[in-house]
Amino acid sequence: MSIDLHKDYFELFGLPRGYRIDKDALERSYLALQQQVHPDRHAHLPDAERRRALQWATRVNEGFQTLRRSLARARYLLDLAGVDAALETNTAMSPEFLMEQMEWREAVSEAHEAGDVDELEHLHRRLRTAAKTVEDELAALFDDRHDLEAAAETVRRLMFLEKLDQEIDEALAALES
Amino acid sequence: MALLQLSEPGMSAAPHQHRLAVGIDLGTTNSLVATVRNGIAVCLNDAEGRAMLPSVVRYRADGGVTVGREAMQAQTVDPRNTITSVKRFMGRGLRDVAYIESTPYDFVDAPGMVRLRTVQGPKSPVEVSAEILRTLRQRAEASLGGELTGAVITVPAYFDDAQRQATKDAAGLAGLNVLRLLNEPTAAAIAYGLDNAAEGVYAVYDLGGGTFDISILRLSRGVFEVLATNGDAALGGDDFDHRLFCWSLDRARIEPPSAQDLRRLLARSREAKELLSHASEAPIVCTLGSGEEVNLKVGRDEFASITANLVKKTLAPVRKALRDAGMRAEDIKGVVMVGGATRMPHVQKAVAEFFGQEPLTNLDPDKVVALGAAKQANALAGNRSADEDWLLLDVIPLSLGLETMGGLAEKVIPRNSTIPVARAQEFTTYKDGQTAMAFHVVQGERELVSDCRSLARFELRGIPPMVAGAARIRVTFQVDADGLLSVSAREMSSGVEASVIIKPSYGLTDQEIADMLKSGFEHAGEDMGARALREQQVEARRLAEATRHALEADGELLEPSAREAIEHLLTELETTAAGSDTGAIKQATAALNRGTEDFAAARMDKSIRSALAGRNIDQLEV
Repeated sequence: MSIDLHKDYFELFGLPRGYRIDKDALERSYLALQQQVHPDRHAHLPDAERRRALQWATRVNEGFQTLRRSLARARYLLDLAGVDAALETNTAMSPEFLMEQMEWREAVSEAHEAGDVDELEHLHRRLRTAAKTVEDELAALFDDRHDLEAAAETVRRLMFLEKLDQEIDEALAALES
Repeated sequence: MALLQLSEPGMSAAPHQHRLAVGIDLGTTNSLVATVRNGIAVCLNDAEGRAMLPSVVRYRADGGVTVGREAMQAQTVDPRNTITSVKRFMGRGLRDVAYIESTPYDFVDAPGMVRLRTVQGPKSPVEVSAEILRTLRQRAEASLGGELTGAVITVPAYFDDAQRQATKDAAGLAGLNVLRLLNEPTAAAIAYGLDNAAEGVYAVYDLGGGTFDISILRLSRGVFEVLATNGDAALGGDDFDHRLFCWSLDRARIEPPSAQDLRRLLARSREAKELLSHASEAPIVCTLGSGEEVNLKVGRDEFASITANLVKKTLAPVRKALRDAGMRAEDIKGVVMVGGATRMPHVQKAVAEFFGQEPLTNLDPDKVVALGAAKQANALAGNRSADEDWLLLDVIPLSLGLETMGGLAEKVIPRNSTIPVARAQEFTTYKDGQTAMAFHVVQGERELVSDCRSLARFELRGIPPMVAGAARIRVTFQVDADGLLSVSAREMSSGVEASVIIKPSYGLTDQEIADMLKSGFEHAGEDMGARALREQQVEARRLAEATRHALEADGELLEPSAREAIEHLLTELETTAAGSDTGAIKQATAALNRGTEDFAAARMDKSIRSALAGRNIDQLEV
C-alpha cells in the first residue's frame, strides 16, 4: 500500500466519502496525522525530510479545512464527482430565494447603520438556523438521493448564506473598532 | 499507542546525545534566554544572577558596544546612541512608528525600514537586535559550555511578514541557527499548559512593552491548537509610560524637553507606573537640564483614568479573536496573563470583567514566554523524551493576498489559517501576445491595497505569446511553519514553463546583510571563517547522524543499490567533514540531502500509514 500526496482527502483521513461526516473521527485523524507529519517533528532531520514534512503538513491542513466546513466539503464532493457546478458564474436562483436574500441584506445593513450589535448577533443566530436547514438538505441530496444536479444548486444557495455570514461578521468587526 | 512508536519522528535519534538548544524571548523592554535542563525549563542568568537583560544597546564613541543594564544606565547621558525599545522599529518604515517625535533618535528613512544614526554610523534595527541576541547567545554558551545547535526565538503573534523576517535576520547576524520563530502567546500557552496538564479552550492575553497579542487556543491531549489570534503590533507598556509622561509635561507646565530631559522624565514615568502596581500613589520627581524641578504625585485612579482608553484598545482585538475562533467569553476555561504590563491592576480588572473570571497569574509573566520557547527548542532539536509527546498547531495572524484591478486586495490565504498552508489562484493574460505579468503581494485585512502592507512585487516573464485569456498562470502562496511566506508563479497551459519564486523583503538587501554579518563578527572579536567552518561541520554531523538513524530504522524500505548509494554519500560526507574545507563540506551535505529525497518520501509514507493504523486502534478501543 502506498499513500501519496494526491490521494483524496476522505481516503487520507480514513473516512467514507460522503457529505455526512463523523467530526470527532475527522479530528482524531487530523491530529494523528499532524503528530506524524508536522515540520516540528522533523526539524532535526535532513532537509529532504523537512521539505517532505512541509508538503505533507500543508496537505493535511488543507484536507482538514476542506472536510471540516460544510460548504467546502460539499464543493469538494462535487469536484470529486466531476460536476461543474458553475459556482462562480451561475447565479440563477428562484425569485423567492432572491427576495429572501434581499430581506436579509437589508436587515444586516440597517442593523449596521444603527450600530445595533445585539440585532446583528440575533441575525447571526437566525442565519445559522437557516444554514442548518440547507445543510440537512445537502446531506439528503448527496448521501441518500445521490442527486448531484440538485446538490449543485443547493450548494449555490449555501454560498449565498456564507456570504451573508461574512457580511455580518464584517459589520460586527467594523462596529467594534 | 504502541503502533505509533514504530517510527516516532520527533524522538531523539540517540538519547544519550543532548543537543544544546535555547528559547529566546526578544522583548521590547527586556530579553531572556532559557533552556531545558534535566527535563525542566529554566532561565539562564547573567554573572550577577539576573535573568532579564534590558533590551538596550549603546554604541560608544570608542567603537565599542554595550548591551543591557550598563547601556540602560547611560541612556540619560547619551540618549542618541543608546537605543531602547528597538523592537518597535523592526521591519518598520518611518511613517509606521508611533510617537516617533518623543524618541531621542536621529532617524534616517530608508526604503522598507528605518535606520538610526549613531556615533558608529547608521544602524538598522536588525543590527541593534542582533547585539541583544548575541549577548544572550554568549551567555547561553558560557552557561551551557558549548556551541548552540539552535534557538527558538519568539515574536508577537501579530507581527507581520516583514517584522518576522527582520527578526530571523537579526538572529542570523548574531550567529544563531533559528529552529523556529514562535508566537509569544503560543509559547506562554506551552509553558502553562505543559506545567498544569491543562485541557480546554484558553485565552492568552499578552501585553508586552510594545506589542499586544490575544490568542485563543484549544489544549487537548497534548496538542496546542491555536484557533485564532489578533492584536496590535504597536500597543504596549511603553504607551502607558508615554501617556504618564505627557500627563507630567502637562501638569508641570514644561515645554517639550531636550533629549536628555525626555529620557529622564520617561524613565521616572515608567518607575511611577511600576510602583502603582503595588502602591496607591507614586512620585514623579526629577531635575531638568535647565535646573527646573519637576515634583509631581500620581494616584492609582488618576493613572487608570488617563490610560483607560489604552486598556479599552486591547479589548477590540480580544472580541475579534473570539469571533474568529467561534467562541464566546464564557467558553474560555482560563485566561493566561503574559507580559510585564499585565501587572497593572486596572489591566487585570478589565480582563477579569471581560471574561467573567479572574485571570491566571500563577506564573511569572516576564519569564513564561522564554520558558515555553525553551521547551519548543528542546523538542525541535530532537531532545524530546517519550513523555513529552506534544504538538503545536499555530496560525497566521494576517490575511495574505494579491492586488487586483482598481487597487483592491484579494485574499489568497485568510487570517487564522493553520500553518503550514499553501493556496493557489489562477490568473490569465488580458492582451494578445502578452509575455509578462506583474504581481503585488500584500498582507492585511483591509479592502484597499493602499491600507495593507506591501510585501513584494514581482514579474513573471517568458510567458509564451498566446491570445488573451489563453494563458493559465498559477500563483501559489506557501507559508511555512515560521509563518513566513514565499510566492511562486508558473505558466501552466503551454509546454513552456515560466516560473518565479520570491520571498518578501523589507528593505535590507542580501549584500547589506552579508556586510553586517562580517562587521558584526569583527566587532565581537570572532573569526567568521572559523565559525562558518564549525557550523558547517555541525550541520554535516547532524545530517550524518540523522541519516544513519534513518537507515537503521527504515533501511528495509530501500533497494540494496539505493542503500549503497546513500551509504556512499554518507561516507563521503563524513570524510569531508573531518577536513577544514567549508565549501566541500557544504557540497557533500547538499549531495547527501539530494540523495535521500526518495528515502525521505518513503519514510514519510510509512509514518502516515502507522498514524492511520494507530487511529484505527484508537477507535476500536473506544
